[in-house]
Amino acid sequence: MKKVKLNANIFTLCGGIIAGFVTVLTVMGFFWTPYDPNAMDADAKKLAPSLTHILGTDNFGRDIFSRVLEGAGTTFIIAVSVVAIGCLLGIIIGALCGYYGGAADVILTRICDSITALPSFLLALVIVSVIGAGTYNIIIALGILFIPSFARIVRAEFAKERERNYIKSAKLMGVSDLRIMLVHILPNTKGVLLPAITIGFNNAVLSEASMSFLGIGVQPPFASLGAMLSESQTYLSSSPWYAIGTGGMIVLMILGFSLLSEGLSRNSSKI
Amino acid sequence: MKYIFKKVLTLIITLLIVSLLAFLAFSVIPGDPTTKMLGTEATEEAKAELRAELGLDQPVFVRYINWLLSFIGGDFGTSYNYNMPVSDMLADKLPITATLTVMGFALTVVIALPLGLLAGSIKTKGADTAATAANQVVMSIPAFFIGIIICYLCGNVLKMFVPGMFVSYEESPIEFVKYLSFAALSIAIPRAAMTIKMLKGSIGSEMAKNYVITATSRGNSRSMVLIRHVFKNALVPVISFLAVSLAEIMTGAIIIEQVFTIPGIGRLLLSSISSRDFPVVLAIVVIMASWIVIVNFAADVLYQLIDPRIRIK
Repeated sequence: MKKVKLNANIFTLCGGIIAGFVTVLTVMGFFWTPYDPNAMDADAKKLAPSLTHILGTDNFGRDIFSRVLEGAGTTFIIAVSVVAIGCLLGIIIGALCGYYGGAADVILTRICDSITALPSFLLALVIVSVIGAGTYNIIIALGILFIPSFARIVRAEFAKERERNYIKSAKLMGVSDLRIMLVHILPNTKGVLLPAITIGFNNAVLSEASMSFLGIGVQPPFASLGAMLSESQTYLSSSPWYAIGTGGMIVLMILGFSLLSEGLSRNSSKI
Repeated sequence: MKYIFKKVLTLIITLLIVSLLAFLAFSVIPGDPTTKMLGTEATEEAKAELRAELGLDQPVFVRYINWLLSFIGGDFGTSYNYNMPVSDMLADKLPITATLTVMGFALTVVIALPLGLLAGSIKTKGADTAATAANQVVMSIPAFFIGIIICYLCGNVLKMFVPGMFVSYEESPIEFVKYLSFAALSIAIPRAAMTIKMLKGSIGSEMAKNYVITATSRGNSRSMVLIRHVFKNALVPVISFLAVSLAEIMTGAIIIEQVFTIPGIGRLLLSSISSRDFPVVLAIVVIMASWIVIVNFAADVLYQLIDPRIRIK
C-alpha cells in the first residue's frame, strides 16, 4: 500500500515541477522577455542556439526564446479562459441537472452525450467556419465545446450526493437548495473535478495549438505556439531549432499537466 | 437483436441531429452565395434565378429535407466557389484520406499490441515506473509535432523522402504508400502510446484475477499465462478504445495532411473554411461525423460479440 502511495506522489511531484516551471516561464513572459519578441535584426538571422540566443533566432532575426515565451502566454491565456468558461458553465448546468433532475435533465444530458460523441476539434472547426477565426472566437468555440464534459461529471456527482443522508439532514434543517449545492455538495466534487480541469487544460492547449497551426486560430501578428510551429515548418531544413523550441514548449505544457492529472486521479481513486 | 435495433435507431437519430445542427449553422450565416458565384455585377434577376435553382428561396426546413434526401442519394450539393458538384471534388480526395486513416490505424495496432503486452509483463517496480513515464512523455507530443520531427529526421536528415512532395497513386503506387506511411506513423505514435497505457492497465487488472492463479498453479509459466489467457481478456476494453481511435484518426488526419501537404479531404476542408465555401464544409463535416458515429456503433456491436458477459438483454 505504501508503495502505491509513493508512486502516485511521483506523478504529482514531477507533473507539479514541470507544470510549475512552464507556468513560471509563461507568467514571466508577460512582464519580461530577453529580447523584444517582434524586433527584427538583419545581422542575426537564423542563428543556431547559443548563450546570447538560447533557442537561436528565426528568419527575420527575431529571438525565438522570447517569441516562445510570448506564444506560450497567448496559448496559456486561451487555455485558461476555455477551461474557465467550460468549467463554470459546466458546473452550473451539471449541478442544476443533477440536483433537480426532471425533463430538462434528460434533454440536456442527451445533448451533452451527442456533443461528446464527436471530437471537439471537428465541432470547433464548424463553429469557427461560421463565426470566423481569431483569438476571441476560438475561446468562445472551445469554451462552448468544453461545457458538456464538465457538466456530465458534475451532474453524476450531484445526482449521487443528493441521495446521501447528510444532504437529507441538511434539507430537514431547512438549509436552502443553493446553500446545499454550493457549500455541501460542490466541495465533494473536488476529487473528480480537479483531474478533469487538468485534462481539460491539456485538451485546450492541444486544440488551440492545432487550430492556430492550421491558420484558423490566433491570427498574425499575435504569436501563439501553434501559429509559430506552422511558420517554423517553412524553415525546417535551415533552422530546425525553431520547430524544436516551439514544439518542445507545447510538449512541456501538456506533459506537466497530464502527469498532474494522472497523479490526482490516482489519488482520488484510492480514497 | 433488439439491442442492435435500438442502437441503429439512436445512430440514425444522432446523425439526423448532427446534420440538422450543421445545416442550420451554415444557414444562419449572413451573406448571399449568389453574389459570390455570379460576381458583384450580376443583375438581380440572374441572382434570383440562381437562388431558385439552388433552392435558396425556400424555407430552411424544406431546404434541409431536400439537402438530406439528395445527400443520401450521393448528391452533396454544389460548391459556391468552383461551381461544380461537391461529390466530384471529394471523389479523388476521399481515397487518399481513407488510405491514410487505415494505414495510421494499422500502424497503431502493430505498435501498440506487442509493446502493451511487454509493458504489462514488466515485474520490477523501477522498470515499470520508467516505462510509464516514457509512455506518458510520448502521449504528450501532439501528432503534428511528431509529424514535423519525422519530416526533419526522415526527410531533411536521412533523406528517406522529400517533405511536401506528395506522390499520387497514379504516378507510383509504391511511392504513394511510402509517402503516406511517414504521415501515418506520426498519427500512430501518440495513439499507440494511449493504447499501450490502456492495455497495460487492463492486463494489470486481469493478472489479479483468480483464473490467473489457477493457471499458474497448474504449472504454466507466467509468460504462457499472459499470452494464452490474460491477453485475450485484457484486449476486450482495448478494442473499443481502438474503435474510437479509428474514428478520431480521421479527424487527426486533417492536421497531418497539412503537415505533409497531402491533398486529402482535410486540406479541402481547410481551404473551404477559409474561402467560406459552405456546401463543401457541410458535406465533409457530415461525412466525418457519420464515419465517427458508425464506427462507434460497430465497436458497440463488436463488443457484444466478443464478450458475451456484457450482452444487454
